[in-house]
Amino acid sequence: MGEHHHGPAKGLKRWIFATNHKDIGTMYLWFSFAMFLLGGAFAMIIRAELFQPGLQLVEPGFFNQMTTMHGLIMVFGAIMPSFVGLANWMIPMMIGAPDMALPRMNNLSFWILPPTFLLLASTLFMEGGAPAFGWTFYAPLSTTYAPPSVTFFIFAVHLLGLSSIMGSINIVATVWNLRAPGMTWMKMPLFVWTWFITAYLLIAVMPVLAGAVTMMLMDIHFGTSFFSAAGGGDPVLFQHVFWFFGHPEVYIIILPAFGVVSQIIPTFARKPLFGYDSMVYATASIAFLSFIVWAHHMYTVGMPIAGELFFMYATLLIAVPTGVKVFNWITTMWRGAMTFETPMLFCIGFVVLFTLGGFTGVMLSMAPSDFQYHDSYFVVAHFHYVMVAGAVFSMTGAVYYWLPKWCGRMYSEPMGKIHFWISFVGFNLAFFPQHFVGLAGMPRRIPDYASQFADFNMLSSVGAFIYGGSQILFLYNVISTIVAGKPVSDDKVWEGAEGLEWTVATPAPFHTFAVPPRVK
Amino acid sequence: MCFKAKRLHRLALGPVLSLLGLTSRLAWSDDTKVNQINMPVSVTEVGASIYNLHMTIFWICVVIGVLVFGVMFYSIFAHRKSRGVTPSNFHESTTVEIAWTVVPFLILLVMAVPATTTLINVYDTTDADMDILITGYQWKWKYEYLDEAGENLTFFSNLSTSQEEIYNREAKGEHYLLEVDEPVVVPVNSKVRLLITANDVIHSWWVPELAVKRDAIPGFINETWFRAEREGIYRGQCAELCGRDHGFMPIVVNVVSQQKYTDWLSDKQAEAAEIKALMAQTFTLDDLVKRGKDVYARDCQLCHGANGEGGIGKAIAGSSIATGPVATHLDVGIYGVSGTSMQSFGKQLNDVDMAAVITYQRNAFGNNMGDMVQPLDVFNHKQGQ
Repeated sequence: MGEHHHGPAKGLKRWIFATNHKDIGTMYLWFSFAMFLLGGAFAMIIRAELFQPGLQLVEPGFFNQMTTMHGLIMVFGAIMPSFVGLANWMIPMMIGAPDMALPRMNNLSFWILPPTFLLLASTLFMEGGAPAFGWTFYAPLSTTYAPPSVTFFIFAVHLLGLSSIMGSINIVATVWNLRAPGMTWMKMPLFVWTWFITAYLLIAVMPVLAGAVTMMLMDIHFGTSFFSAAGGGDPVLFQHVFWFFGHPEVYIIILPAFGVVSQIIPTFARKPLFGYDSMVYATASIAFLSFIVWAHHMYTVGMPIAGELFFMYATLLIAVPTGVKVFNWITTMWRGAMTFETPMLFCIGFVVLFTLGGFTGVMLSMAPSDFQYHDSYFVVAHFHYVMVAGAVFSMTGAVYYWLPKWCGRMYSEPMGKIHFWISFVGFNLAFFPQHFVGLAGMPRRIPDYASQFADFNMLSSVGAFIYGGSQILFLYNVISTIVAGKPVSDDKVWEGAEGLEWTVATPAPFHTFAVPPRVK
Repeated sequence: MCFKAKRLHRLALGPVLSLLGLTSRLAWSDDTKVNQINMPVSVTEVGASIYNLHMTIFWICVVIGVLVFGVMFYSIFAHRKSRGVTPSNFHESTTVEIAWTVVPFLILLVMAVPATTTLINVYDTTDADMDILITGYQWKWKYEYLDEAGENLTFFSNLSTSQEEIYNREAKGEHYLLEVDEPVVVPVNSKVRLLITANDVIHSWWVPELAVKRDAIPGFINETWFRAEREGIYRGQCAELCGRDHGFMPIVVNVVSQQKYTDWLSDKQAEAAEIKALMAQTFTLDDLVKRGKDVYARDCQLCHGANGEGGIGKAIAGSSIATGPVATHLDVGIYGVSGTSMQSFGKQLNDVDMAAVITYQRNAFGNNMGDMVQPLDVFNHKQGQ
């Protein structure tokens, strides 16, 4: 049978009717970057208002819309789709598959996203304004006391859930069915493993989120009282349901990041990943534990002491497999022959800053001390260390790492390094002082603050502007690479790179592995 | 400019001073809170154990961090290709994996012990000397001193920082955003049990120096307690996002000697009795307008504007409500308008203040209605509904 490679369709049709995993991956990546800039713009407004005490730029109501939209867009629009894009591009190439298992569903799960975020962003222009109840949308602030736009928000969350579930089913089906001969479970690259586990987490918890917002919809429009004590319901029920989704959600975000780091560090250490098996088991343990720790977000709601103790002990346990991962990465570096190209810098940045976020995570897990940390800027600092320096740093590293394979051109290494150092300094300047103001008593989600927090907030704003500005450099570097980067012809690109994705031509052709490779 | 120079000066010195503060608790005096970088040392016993727990975990993390990052940075320094090293190929060791699973587990076990004992202490609300029922409102706190004889003392506590300061038209005071018109007053060394709930959305009552943070949940009552061991004024804020003015509902707790507390309590009771007496009186239009002007400034102005021009709320100047029938005006004031930000003020204002503010609204901002509402009218209106 003659091999009959056909290229992509021409023009807009190529993207609208895309079924090719690489095209869909590319669209996911660009879309998520656009959302990253939008969510980032909201963050800049927040930090500009917090630059000095007093109200200067925005009204408190609009400030709350900004914090809410920043959170929602970053979590659901930027970070999650970026990793789905990466999964689309890399999973088939890593397991020797010709494409994703369900290409048309893949198209649908992407194309749900742009209209959904258009809908969500349009709430900013509605009467009563956008949702202003925080990305965690606690009832009854998000039900009885919500602006009318909450109904659009609920619909948007339903659509996002739909998209995520379809994306996950696709990944699960691909990994189960399309592995090349010889690609046994314990030979799969860690990025594939972490995404495989993440996909199951998504399938398990997105329906729970859908349930939570459906109950809200019923309370708002159909006279039920799930979350209203006056009608026999309980506002705290909302928090239990939300965090039953919300805690696995944070691992949904971070596990693929673990996978990326586990691919990149061995490449630049020129040494195989240390403790592959234990990495897989640790990932699975983290995923399991993520289901039994949700109420550590709710220590102050007044749970019975037995509940507090259970959730505290279970949460402490997470430190064990997470620690194993960090130790494995560092041991992978040990006695390697390291070089420090941009992807490696972002991964080392990840290991250091994510570990700091892990330390504050252990502190937060202690229920009695959490009574002081809870809902303060200490928490804001903590989750930005794991979300930004964790997920976003690893994603940025991933783009630099695989970009030459994707487009056949090399990015500018000096510009990449400058991007890293500006990001690193800006990020720490923005978020490290937030530990201080949080411990000293500054609550989160406030548009104005007492004078004693002024200096650290100013520093924090300066850092945020630096970090935000550095993304423009990133955008420029990526575009100039695609347009005019130095061509790369080596299949391997990186000296120490291992894995099937480095066996295909550079740039990766439209169709890869039409004939499955044989993995030894 | 002078302000800026001072700020920059503090900016440079702050972190350095703060680092000293972190290692030595004594270096940080009570009144210097600017650029504080650590949790305040609490004035309660529970707070002290929370602080110790916090510092213990902190130092454990520091030690682990130094070890782990030490190894990593040594490796980054020594095992780099530019030094001409050849990479090893080792990639597994079950012994090592077991070791770094078991050791952290043991460390966590050690940490769980003080955490558990502290938590048990926090939950022990028995044998309280007094009870205060705290209710969160959008965006103020209500305090109710529960009394066995049923003579509860009730008052609202509002932010007392002016809009002028918030909108930068006036210099900010020393306790900007952390000051209220009516602080909570409690005696030193007494076990105060707090019963915390909310009227509308979820709020959270947080005073860092008392080491108390507990959510105020509408329809449910949470319990917690503190026993302040040192007199002083302790300030906090609402910690749970509760809508537009979440950042503007501070908490001030005034811990005083037993004697001062008793005096304060009898003053407050006398005040309450006075209001009670006033409720039966008939006022002149001028008296009502005068009193109503103050009430308006405290409770209405934020939404309805200093000249009744409206803003977040509707305009009062020339409004059909303020120039229409008195009964409708009373309805809006007492019961609010559901589905809007107009709250019900029936329980927040006493009948005298309600009568005064309604009268004021009907006779100010060009609404020259010339009629008035007496406290008894408010009382009767409430009964009638």
